[in-house]
Amino acid sequence: MSMLHTVNKSPFERNTLAACIGHALPGSAILLIEDGVYAAVRGTSHEDMVRGAIAEHTLYVLGPDLLARGMKPEQVIEGISVVDYGGFVDLTEQHERVQSWL
Amino acid sequence: MKYGILVNEGPYQHQASDTAYQFAKAALEKGHEIFRVFFYHDGVNNGTRFGVPPQDDRNITVRWTEMAEQHGVDMVICIAAAQRRGLLDEGEAKRQGKDGDNIAPGFRISGLGQLIEAGIQCDRLVVFGD
Amino acid sequence: MSEPWEEEGPGTIKKFMYVNRKAPYGTIYALESLEVVLIAAAFEQDVSMAFLDDGVYQLKKGQDTAGIGMKNFSPTYRALEGYDVEKLYVEAESLAERGLSEDDLLVPVEVMGREALAALMDEQDVILSF
Repeated sequence: MSMLHTVNKSPFERNTLAACIGHALPGSAILLIEDGVYAAVRGTSHEDMVRGAIAEHTLYVLGPDLLARGMKPEQVIEGISVVDYGGFVDLTEQHERVQSWL
Repeated sequence: MKYGILVNEGPYQHQASDTAYQFAKAALEKGHEIFRVFFYHDGVNNGTRFGVPPQDDRNITVRWTEMAEQHGVDMVICIAAAQRRGLLDEGEAKRQGKDGDNIAPGFRISGLGQLIEAGIQCDRLVVFGD
Repeated sequence: MSEPWEEEGPGTIKKFMYVNRKAPYGTIYALESLEVVLIAAAFEQDVSMAFLDDGVYQLKKGQDTAGIGMKNFSPTYRALEGYDVEKLYVEAESLAERGLSEDDLLVPVEVMGREALAALMDEQDVILSF
């Protein structure tokens, strides 16, 4: 029962994901939504940062946002789970608090 | 679970209100309670009934109204943010001497205390913004 | 007026943290977030404010908005104490990255490192980010 963090910004435009990773305690969950989903895709210059985060946290990406942006679940970095809106709700239930990094 | 939702961005301009809606819909489908959706900052613009989006697009305001009517979700627009941005209900229009109101059915205008109350009452408060 | 610890019954006290990560004036988030905190003070909850990333710029001394025609709301941070909002936390790393020190801030704050702030965030019941 730790914190769920959400990140909705592309890592290319803002430092939101880096700020989130810098403040999330080990064992917390991070869900990438909206433009935040671009960070979940393999082959970007932010992949190392995301892989580092996977080592310490549980990472999720919102599938509908991924598909809307022309990305496929197969392109997601191993270790990141794809969830739908119902899965998003489940994550908020499983964690005591939600912190939205805006 | 009892959820409170805070929407900080206007409709169409930012995905925040869409994500908030999809989240709320999924939570209701799972049998959770949405105690209140509170609209703040430009989020108050979700509550204007004068929006006319193209026919092949979603109508964000109507979706909220239907959710309020079908599930009894309390849709609250922050009065301070609404006054700045010209969102008025009938009473507020009269008080401010304006010639009309524009709030959509299912929404009500009230104070920021409603947001704090949601934070106190709900098991989870989820923020959607920019 | 009874103090919160004297209240009986359903008077739950939750820990509310207001997380400020945005600079003032460029967008309205800083100003409207401050308005929430002022209202929240009346609810006798355990309120704190965190300033990190560009949020630290909200507390910069010497703001003069005459030239941009916007209201300078920075004096309001000094009024927070009168509302019993006394826990203002500023992240040391965010200050250092911006070439600022505690002397540049217009109100007394507690400067703390990222790790300590992260631990504090984890103790909250409700986190409102703007």
